[in-house]
Amino acid sequence: MQISDLASALPARREPPASYWRDALIHPLVLRLVSFAAVLALWEYAGRIPLSPAFPTFLETMGGLGAIIADGTLYKAFLITLHPLVIGLAVSVLLGVALGVLMGLHEPSEWLIAPVFVIAQAAPLAALIPILTFAYGIGLTAKIMTVCIMAMPVIVLNTLGAVRNTPKSLLEMSRSFLASRSQSIRLVILPAASPMIFAGLRLGCAAAFIGVILAELLITPTGIGDVISYNQSVADYPKMYAAILAIIVFSVLFIELLERIELTLFRPESRA
Amino acid sequence: MVISGIRLPMMTSLIVWAVIWEIAGHTDAGFILPPLSRIVWRVFEIVPTASFLDALLITGRAFLLGNAIAIGIGVPLGILMGRSVIADRLLLPWVNLFLSAPLSALVPVIMVLFGLGETTIVLVVVLFSMWIIVLNTRAGVRAISPSLVEMARSFGANGWQAFSRIYLWAALPEILAGIRLGMIRAVKGVVIGQLLVSVVGFGTLFEIYQSHFLMEHFWALLLVLFSFAFTLNELLAGLERRFAYYAASR
Amino acid sequence: MTPNIAPAEPRQTPGLAPIPPVATRPIVEVKSVSKTYAGGVEALSGISLDFPEGRLTTLLGPSGCGKTTLLKIIAGLIPASGGQVFVDGREVKGPGPERAFVFQDFALMPWASVIRNVAFGLELRGIAHGEREAIAERHIARVGLKGFERKYPHELSGGMRQRVGLARALAVDAKVVLMDEPFSAVDEQTRRKFQEELLELVANEGKSFIFVTHSIEEAVYVSDRIALLSRRPSRVSAIIEPKIVRGGDPEKIRRDSAYLDVVEDIWQQLKHYLD
Ligand SMILES: Nc1ncnc2c1ncn2[C@@H]1O[C@H](COP(=O)(O)OP(=O)(O)OP(=O)(O)O)[C@@H](O)[C@H]1O
Ligand SMILES: [Mg+2]
Repeated sequence: MQISDLASALPARREPPASYWRDALIHPLVLRLVSFAAVLALWEYAGRIPLSPAFPTFLETMGGLGAIIADGTLYKAFLITLHPLVIGLAVSVLLGVALGVLMGLHEPSEWLIAPVFVIAQAAPLAALIPILTFAYGIGLTAKIMTVCIMAMPVIVLNTLGAVRNTPKSLLEMSRSFLASRSQSIRLVILPAASPMIFAGLRLGCAAAFIGVILAELLITPTGIGDVISYNQSVADYPKMYAAILAIIVFSVLFIELLERIELTLFRPESRA
Repeated sequence: MVISGIRLPMMTSLIVWAVIWEIAGHTDAGFILPPLSRIVWRVFEIVPTASFLDALLITGRAFLLGNAIAIGIGVPLGILMGRSVIADRLLLPWVNLFLSAPLSALVPVIMVLFGLGETTIVLVVVLFSMWIIVLNTRAGVRAISPSLVEMARSFGANGWQAFSRIYLWAALPEILAGIRLGMIRAVKGVVIGQLLVSVVGFGTLFEIYQSHFLMEHFWALLLVLFSFAFTLNELLAGLERRFAYYAASR
Repeated sequence: MTPNIAPAEPRQTPGLAPIPPVATRPIVEVKSVSKTYAGGVEALSGISLDFPEGRLTTLLGPSGCGKTTLLKIIAGLIPASGGQVFVDGREVKGPGPERAFVFQDFALMPWASVIRNVAFGLELRGIAHGEREAIAERHIARVGLKGFERKYPHELSGGMRQRVGLARALAVDAKVVLMDEPFSAVDEQTRRKFQEELLELVANEGKSFIFVTHSIEEAVYVSDRIALLSRRPSRVSAIIEPKIVRGGDPEKIRRDSAYLDVVEDIWQQLKHYLD
């Protein structure tokens, strides 16, 4: 007993600096930096081999990014891409949440509408894009519709699930304190559902980005889709990769922003 | 829903929608949205054709191969991340990034790197389905009670045995859920890939039907794809429920 | 059986007087109430029971015998399949302002601060913001949570959350407070503290309390009257009035032979439900 105690005690006394370095190394922030640096270095290395003539190095891509930022291409492209994205997303959020809440509170509408969205959620709706193009032409409308069909199912179904899953005890509680139907919807059901509704909105947002880029690549090249496909066709790969990187980073930041807004506006308890 | 004492199963309302579709198909909208009956008719017409079967074969192969790769990489990666803090911190930001990033923007990259062929479709499938499998597996492994692992260790299990006898099984409900979600994403991925590549599998058919304004054919293809996706989802969800029984008692 | 325990020490709280035997009029009358759930489970079969005004009556019985069911029927949260419930002479058709419920799982709104949770019943009644906050503040202080008004439920311990649930029920100033195993989620020390506070409330508030518990000791310690329920489908198998003289040293009461006799007596009656 004592020997083993001693044995384990001895190295421990000598080790503090080592474990200090170890702790510092596995600190989340350090590891995150290490991780990003490693991936970027790998990218740079793979570009220099070169892995493929169509695979620019990280630095070349940054150069391309600098170029499309400097000549204003990226900025203009983003404005154009955001147009159908924001409209489509706004429509999807308003309509989607409204439909989800309606279905959650009203069983006949759930019976009627939910199966459509259950199928839409599982189905590869992107295949509808050619039909949307037939129906609405190659303009803005078809792109907005693309964003809507991609984003709405997950928003609707999450909202429905959220409203359905209101804790039974909270519903009973509000009833016991004489809440009217509208009071319990406003004061209990919607606040209880909001975290899951927001989770749906984040997923819907991600799907909307997929949709808008797909629309811009498939219907007519505009905005970011145009920058990607134009540079692809002239084999200016650094600019093509830079545009892709830019839209991916943008979408991630956009969703992050949404989360921040949710936390500051709708979740007072999480700030406490 | 209950109407005059009779319980109507959930999906029965699809009959209502089918009727609405049929009626709408006979109006002016019929040009874009042909009557359902004629589309169903078309399904039976195009399914036996060589071009459809060929496309199905290619697409199915890419789908299965892509999913196999995604599971083969995703599950071990998820287990690794669930077990090792360092691996988790190194990889989680990337998994999260790819999970919410607009992957359709990456398809052109795969296209320029791997050409307009089957490889590209397979890689798109992997790209779409892998991350959710990783994340779910990780969550499943993190939910395993430490005492279960200690139990295995106390009986002398080595690393491989712990992996294959404990982690894999204990995290199975989450892994299956991840695979189901991954497959649903993969179906979307395979279609997106083929829409963009448009010379492989159903992409060819999409292209032909679209350029010749063969609306009924196009819808028939969609009907097949959507039914397949829905059936797959239901089957996997059923499988998942069979294993979920012990998720609670773990 | 009238175990009487004389206060061994001077009374600690001046407001507490020995409670006279239960003889007041019933505030809640349960008349041959039965309940069969949709699945065919018969939870209650023809229960009749009176609850005296201004007292604490406990429903005690084996797990699953229908205590919660009866309490929720009295609260008007679920309809009875047969029979009637009268509160203050009026038949119960649904929830009413003269009854307030304390939930076993607290049922606090996680997105609302303590004060908003406590004021919830008043908010629903359309009482102005300032006024209801003032009332809520008073009740928060009463249950010993002063200073926690702006905290959120997840920042509180189980015992503190239960106090919030209690304050919320008290804030609406209902005549009858229905409590479903309110102390089951707190540790033993807190539980004993709550029991003292509950006794104080009963003595000072002039409200009637209906209390559900699993614990025989707790029932005997806090109740003026105990309704012993039989196994499902449940009927009243005995009514017991412990007649414990309060205000003395809690430790002494718990060691007193009269108190222990009642506990033992109930245990003998409930024991055969165990097998
Ligand atoms: N909504 C319901 N549907 C069907 N059966 C129910 C329902 N609620 C309760 N029951 C059944 O009715 C019986 C009485 O339930 P109740 O919750 O009233 O018991 P209880 O005395 O409060 O039990 P416990 O002491 O465990 O809280 C139980 O057998 C229970 O399974
Ligand atoms: Mg109960």
